[in-house]
Amino acid sequence: MADLSPATPASTQPRRRGRLARDLKAMPGFTATAWLCIVSLYLPILVLIAFSFNENRSVVLWTGFSLDWYAKALENDGIRNAAWVSVKIALFATVISTIAATMAALATTRTKKFAGQGLVYGIINQPLMIPEIVTAIATLSLFALVKKLTGLTGIGYLMLAHAAFCIPFAYMPIRARLETMTLTLEQAAADLYAPPLKVFTLVTLPLLGPGIVAGAMLAFVVSLDDVIITLMIAGPGETTLPIYILGAIRRGITPEINAVSTILVAVSVLLVMLLFLVQRRMQR
Amino acid sequence: MTGTEIARDRKAAVSVRALSKTFGQGEYAITALDSVELDILENEFFTLLGPSGCGKTTLLRLIAGFELPTNGSISLQGQDITDKPPHRRPINTVFQNYALFPHMTVAENIGFGLRMLGKPTAEIKQTTERMLALVQLEAMAGRRTDQLSGGQQQRVALARALAPAPKVLLLDEPLAALDLKLRKSMQIELKSLQAETGITFVFVTHDQEEALTMSDRIAVMKSGKILQIGTPRDIYDRPTHRFVADFIGDINILEGTVEHTDGDLATVRLKDGTRVSAHLGPASARSGDVSVAIRPENVRLASAGETPTLTGVLENIVYFGAATNLHLRLGTGEEIVIRNPGAVDEGRYQPGATIGAVMQPELIRVLE
Repeated sequence: MADLSPATPASTQPRRRGRLARDLKAMPGFTATAWLCIVSLYLPILVLIAFSFNENRSVVLWTGFSLDWYAKALENDGIRNAAWVSVKIALFATVISTIAATMAALATTRTKKFAGQGLVYGIINQPLMIPEIVTAIATLSLFALVKKLTGLTGIGYLMLAHAAFCIPFAYMPIRARLETMTLTLEQAAADLYAPPLKVFTLVTLPLLGPGIVAGAMLAFVVSLDDVIITLMIAGPGETTLPIYILGAIRRGITPEINAVSTILVAVSVLLVMLLFLVQRRMQR
Repeated sequence: MTGTEIARDRKAAVSVRALSKTFGQGEYAITALDSVELDILENEFFTLLGPSGCGKTTLLRLIAGFELPTNGSISLQGQDITDKPPHRRPINTVFQNYALFPHMTVAENIGFGLRMLGKPTAEIKQTTERMLALVQLEAMAGRRTDQLSGGQQQRVALARALAPAPKVLLLDEPLAALDLKLRKSMQIELKSLQAETGITFVFVTHDQEEALTMSDRIAVMKSGKILQIGTPRDIYDRPTHRFVADFIGDINILEGTVEHTDGDLATVRLKDGTRVSAHLGPASARSGDVSVAIRPENVRLASAGETPTLTGVLENIVYFGAATNLHLRLGTGEEIVIRNPGAVDEGRYQPGATIGAVMQPELIRVLE
């Protein structure tokens, strides 16, 4: 290939310039920027995970590998209770918010256009736009009022609060899925003698599946992760995992916290992988 | 025989009366259908033909029940179905993009209608197998629909719509997404399927050739109105409107004045003074200025010694295999095209030469 005619470099040059203009990857600093983003996103997590396996009590000085902190964390009643409370609340919030979000998404995409549809969309997404601390305080004062009037107490308040703020997170992927689904399939089902309820259960719902699963998982993770609202609402004995970690950190960081956090990371990575697999299966 | 004459001795499968459909409101309102009257007969292959936006798909969707009319009524075998929802009409649709259920197999797609009708499992299985054989997809029963080619998906859509044995089958440009060769063979297949099943087909297309090939009768639509209903020969040989004449095939249109009429024959004096006798349509003007139309294949080159109907200067010769088009510019400035079967003697017919054309008198029509 060394004996290419002298015309060749001249003819390849404009092509290379053309690639420069089109392909973002060829821009100066692209690779550096990409690495910077990846490092800043994942380096803290990598450090956290690494020190969860530290033999020593320190989270800055590596002395050797051990699984002691995991054993300690799993034996710790405080952590186990908090984890159970978190999962309980997240499951409840996921179920309630996903059902509500599915109904809301259907109402905003499978009905005739109605006046104020944009407003409804805004109202559903309100928790995303209002600072969480405001929602937290508002929820707190409402619940204080309800408690005073009814005398009811318990974990129910926390569950309801979580269900409420999870709705927009569950709503978004479900609505997105509905919008890409053409009405033609539902019309085809109706054309083939399916009454409205059958159209919904046999066509709309199965096709909406991946959207609902995505919405539910997002709601679950958001609920599991919440600090601000939980901190305001939670009563005694209603400590969730993030609240427990927050409290433990005040007493000083130990690799035990790293171990708990690593388990949380592992759970969310597993959930995301599961979501990916489910979606790929359903799209096939 | 005209379209209306056929209608007299056969029963109507679908009757459409004063049907109108308006989308939107106030100043943004769009009239998609404007007082349409139509009878589609039993066992007929009926085509709604027109350019996009003419209202043909809206009419189909109204018959299917996906839209409700603003005015008018639709009846099926004498029964008013205007307000019935789609799942209570014994009418099935083949959608333009097939609309196959992606989460079901080919067999499940085909059996869906029967399942919804509550038929016993054995019957569903048997009918599904019969339908698979009918569209030659026996080997594909267990496949997912996205594993099929466009032509195969088309057949599944057809089988799915035919399986519940509907009274009427609606087809919304079902061949538009197929390549030319496949489309040609599907045209013939559809036509024979219709004959085999005896189901009334209502076919929507903007392709005039497709309409002529397949239909028993055609309704030509424009701007929400039906301009002409008739057999392919009616529409092609006896177009009543300039739009119909122009939309279907090629046509020469010349301006003239009616001198006198005799029955359905008129003597028309063309702009250059030539007198021709032309057939009047049922609603053609019987006096004054009119347009007369003749197909290029009904105009021939005058042979030596013959008196031509018209004379003009040859401007263009376009050869396309089976025939040659000769474009003549008349003294009046009008253009006329002669379609000559096969090639012409290029030595004799040169651009700039003065040529005589003979119009077959019985094939000249006065347009409305």
